[in-house]
Amino acid sequence: MDTFAQLVILTLAAGTPLVFAALGELVTEKSGVLNLGVEGMMLVGAVVAFMVAATSGSPWLGILAGMGAGAATSLIFGAITLSLLANQVATGLALSLFGIGLSAFVGLDFVSVVIAGITPLSIGGLSDLPVVGQLVFGHNPLVYLSFALFALVQWFLYRSRGGLVLRAVGESPQSAHAIGYPVIAIRYAAVLFGGACAGLAGAYLSVAYTPLWVEGMVAGRGWIALALVVFATWKPWRVLAGAYLFGGVTLAQFQVQALGVAIPSQYLSMLPYLATIVVLAMISRDAVAIRLNAPASLGRPFHPAA
Amino acid sequence: MARLSLSGITKVYPSVVANDGIDLDVEPGEIHAVLGENGAGKSTLMKVIYGVVKPDAGTIRWEGREVAIASPARARKLGIGMVFQHFSLFETLTVAENIALALDAERARGDLPARIRDVSARYGLPLDPDRHVHTMSVGERQRVEIVRCLLQDPRLLIMDEPTSVLTPQAVAKLFETLRRLSGEGRSILYISHKLDEIRALCDRATVLRAGKVTGTCDPRQESSASLARMMIGGDLPHPEHREAHAGEPRLVVDGLTLPADDPFGTALNRIRLTVHAGEIVGIAGVSGNGQKELMAALSGERTVADAGVVRLMGAAAGRLDAEERRALGLAFVPEERLGRGAVPEMSLAENALLTAHRQGLVGHGFVRMDAVREYARATIAQFNVKAGGADAVARSLSGGNLQKFIVGREIRQMPKVMIAAQPTWGVDVGAAAQIRQALVDLRDAGVAVLVVSEELDELFEICDRLAVIAQGRLSDARPTRDTNAEEIGLLMSGSFSAMGSEP
Amino acid sequence: MIRLEARPEPSRTFKWASPLIAVTATVAIGFALFPAMGKNPFDAFHAFFVKPLDSLYGVGELLLKASPLMMIATGLAAGYRANVWNIGAEGQLTLGAIAGGGVALALHGVDSPLVLPLMMAAGVAGGVAWAAIPAWLRTRFNANEILTSLMLVYVATLTLSLLVHDAWRDPEGFNFPQSKLFSESAILPNMLEATRLHWGFLLALAVVAAGWVFMQMSYVGYQMRVAGLAPAAAHYAGISAPRTVWLGMLIGGGCAGLAGVGEIAGPIGQLQPSVSPGYGFAAIIVAFVGRLHPVGIVFASLLMSLLYLGGESAQLNLALPSAVTGLFQGTLLFFLLAADVFIHYRLRGAKRVTRAAVAASDPARKMSGV
Repeated sequence: MDTFAQLVILTLAAGTPLVFAALGELVTEKSGVLNLGVEGMMLVGAVVAFMVAATSGSPWLGILAGMGAGAATSLIFGAITLSLLANQVATGLALSLFGIGLSAFVGLDFVSVVIAGITPLSIGGLSDLPVVGQLVFGHNPLVYLSFALFALVQWFLYRSRGGLVLRAVGESPQSAHAIGYPVIAIRYAAVLFGGACAGLAGAYLSVAYTPLWVEGMVAGRGWIALALVVFATWKPWRVLAGAYLFGGVTLAQFQVQALGVAIPSQYLSMLPYLATIVVLAMISRDAVAIRLNAPASLGRPFHPAA
Repeated sequence: MARLSLSGITKVYPSVVANDGIDLDVEPGEIHAVLGENGAGKSTLMKVIYGVVKPDAGTIRWEGREVAIASPARARKLGIGMVFQHFSLFETLTVAENIALALDAERARGDLPARIRDVSARYGLPLDPDRHVHTMSVGERQRVEIVRCLLQDPRLLIMDEPTSVLTPQAVAKLFETLRRLSGEGRSILYISHKLDEIRALCDRATVLRAGKVTGTCDPRQESSASLARMMIGGDLPHPEHREAHAGEPRLVVDGLTLPADDPFGTALNRIRLTVHAGEIVGIAGVSGNGQKELMAALSGERTVADAGVVRLMGAAAGRLDAEERRALGLAFVPEERLGRGAVPEMSLAENALLTAHRQGLVGHGFVRMDAVREYARATIAQFNVKAGGADAVARSLSGGNLQKFIVGREIRQMPKVMIAAQPTWGVDVGAAAQIRQALVDLRDAGVAVLVVSEELDELFEICDRLAVIAQGRLSDARPTRDTNAEEIGLLMSGSFSAMGSEP
Repeated sequence: MIRLEARPEPSRTFKWASPLIAVTATVAIGFALFPAMGKNPFDAFHAFFVKPLDSLYGVGELLLKASPLMMIATGLAAGYRANVWNIGAEGQLTLGAIAGGGVALALHGVDSPLVLPLMMAAGVAGGVAWAAIPAWLRTRFNANEILTSLMLVYVATLTLSLLVHDAWRDPEGFNFPQSKLFSESAILPNMLEATRLHWGFLLALAVVAAGWVFMQMSYVGYQMRVAGLAPAAAHYAGISAPRTVWLGMLIGGGCAGLAGVGEIAGPIGQLQPSVSPGYGFAAIIVAFVGRLHPVGIVFASLLMSLLYLGGESAQLNLALPSAVTGLFQGTLLFFLLAADVFIHYRLRGAKRVTRAAVAASDPARKMSGV
């Protein structure tokens, strides 16, 4: 097979969970809510999706269940931060720790289970076309879903009235409340969307990408997704670019080993984390860009003191 | 038939009765003032009418029918529009987006920018629909709010303290627009505590005090003094004022130029200013013209590269931080009381330590808690602060009492230079008078005092010299008795060259 | 309808009642959960909370596991009070273990009372150095320390793995990825006969006491609290924001590094690919449950240690997965954060407040702040 096409396919496949999770978190943050629990929600999504896929035999049912599980865990976060006004940073950390514990606990019996995951498309004829065949038609169906999600988020945020309201709530919940928008309800919706996307990201990992369940298998991708949102200065297309960049970095690890270079695997495993740190520092130093693009109320609780 | 008729409106908060059985009628085409000092319950009443706050008792009739206004959307549907005192605008969105947000989905459709241009031209309120709000001045933002209301074709327009952000000339223009609107048969509820404006503009006035209606009158038939008596139940207090005996220069600013540190901020341009011992210099200006940046540069919250640009007591202080400038004898009362002048969650004692630690409150790196409490207690007693003692948290005090505490904490450090930003903003009349008196006393004791305020009346009352800040530039200071509100107003709109102040 | 209403003053009662409510609620969840897993809840409760403590050895284990938790949590609390969100203590602990372990291996066979102090100094330095990276990135580039400190956990773990697989691997260790066993002089002496408790426990108590003095009594501690509660007020008072970030990060890093040495010079006695069962993360929970206060942290660390032991005991006695520990830790923190709302707010029903009641309750404040 064409190595270039293969490289593109692998990069997109590695970047896709980051696309799902980061786009979801971006929508949540646009409403002014910082949910640091992405890692936990992804793990819960991954384990539930895998369990449902294994028991029902339907990976697609697993994907749906993973999204539902991600949304359900985000609802805990929403209840504590939006209804009970707790500190979003602390609650997000709690959600991550909780998700790690919960997924390890419920997934124990599924550790060495084998399932039939969702495999890349193979459309008779089309996928075999030279050059473009693999590039255009050879991806996992969920990769196409991530493109659709990107288009949806982009359209929603900048072309729809609902997106305008969401951005307004993130910019100034006080003003939005004063002119009559239900700030808390809108933020709940944004948190749930972020949770479902994180669940989908986890489900993709356990049901399509690997497909198997291992404790802690998300391996920091949730945190990288959070960093990606900052890297993207809250713009969906930059999330996409960043996710594939990181997908590529993750791949380097396998590529270098495939080339037979004698370098301990740990160095290569460090790369995505080091890259995240470097990229975060480079973007964050532009305080003006952050100030202009970050939702002004990000992380601050809102209580309609009426 | 009255357009709006309130009877017995009551709203109770945990520790305050904000509205206590209020009756109010607004006729079609009437400009009706609601007058009262800070805390009298005006804002709560307006929120009730606009559907933001639900009353605990009382009825609202709209054009004869009894209605329940459950939400701002419902209010807008009835034909009620509101221009907020602290604007309800979204800085990073455009004018058109801001306006679309406040319109119903159906009204927001179609060619909104064209309709915005149309309405703004018709009422003399020029606006560019594609501009981002954060690039606009305060006066322009108010236009956005007004146009936003007008696009809903309201029959009742509520204006909450609309002139606090305007120059005197802009106020005159606003009044023209409001009279035109009332001529079209629209009713206007005009909320203010400025007596002259109400006498100039309004057909009728309802006066509130401590949540109750204390009178209804035709303001054109009343004097400012009689309105004031209805409003505060006594005469307006005025501080004693003696001739100034200015001494040596204590605070000298010479050519301060500073880029904005925030994309929404104002750059300072070649600012020159001298404050002598024993005088009060006032800086007037519409908010957002560089006051915030100037205060930060003077207090040391922002430092400047050229140390000699800011001199305190003769020493080059530009590079010193806030702490080091305090050591030279600077005291500063910031505009924001909660969160900057005081830590909301900390006790008054701990808040005393915030700036007064040099008064023997810290020894060998450890906090001397007894001394700290004593300092807070003495401040509370000396400045008549109503609080539950030194251990009460700052957040639990009313605005006026917290401000008295902060002013007191600074004054008791016996500063050589005192800077106060908006010292009486949002403070009740009694506390405001006390704070102004304290500043005048400080001047008489030979301290150099600098006051920044948006309240012209206040500046004319206590200042010996006045300067104006506009678009990051500062006019020359002139003796208060040689100038007047009109001249200051012209400067506030930035026409320095007309006044021969161009450096 | 029930809604929240701000209290005029934060409730001191709820500040300390809230952790108790959270513990109670977590135990209640456990009681509901165990039958669902086919276990008698009382047996489970016994296995979880009583069994681990029914011997002196058990009590020793409790204090042994609580030591690193209270040490790290005290360091983290100093930062959290100042709004410095160091969540990479696990990585700083690992670096402390690497640095301390490096000293132990370099001085292998040297029988001197100086070995342990040197290891500890190296451990603190290692943790401080690792925490300095996010501090520098935050003060120099404004990079979010939550994300950078967390990323460094992965890097630290991989670094340790690299060392024990390669450079520091015990040549006589049958190819296992672990270092030589440390010599006697590099092992913390036992403190209590018939237990594994060592002198690191007293060290942890000393750290907590020092933390108490620093946070509650020193002027710098006060300044850090101001910076955490109201950054603009700190700026106004001339409290340096970068200094606050540096102090907050480095104190946490130093404590975590020291805890790392306590682990390898204590129960482990060598370097292994993993030197901590997540103490760095559990300490975040300990810091919050202990109200960011050293005294509270001591109690919270004992509770968290019991959760670890309970998980192990439940695995042995009930064949329950030990992962249940992590689940309970997370649940506990959730309940705590939820219960904390009552510190600043109280519940109000739709029932209207009468005017008379208001006037009677607080006439002085009648006119304040409408």
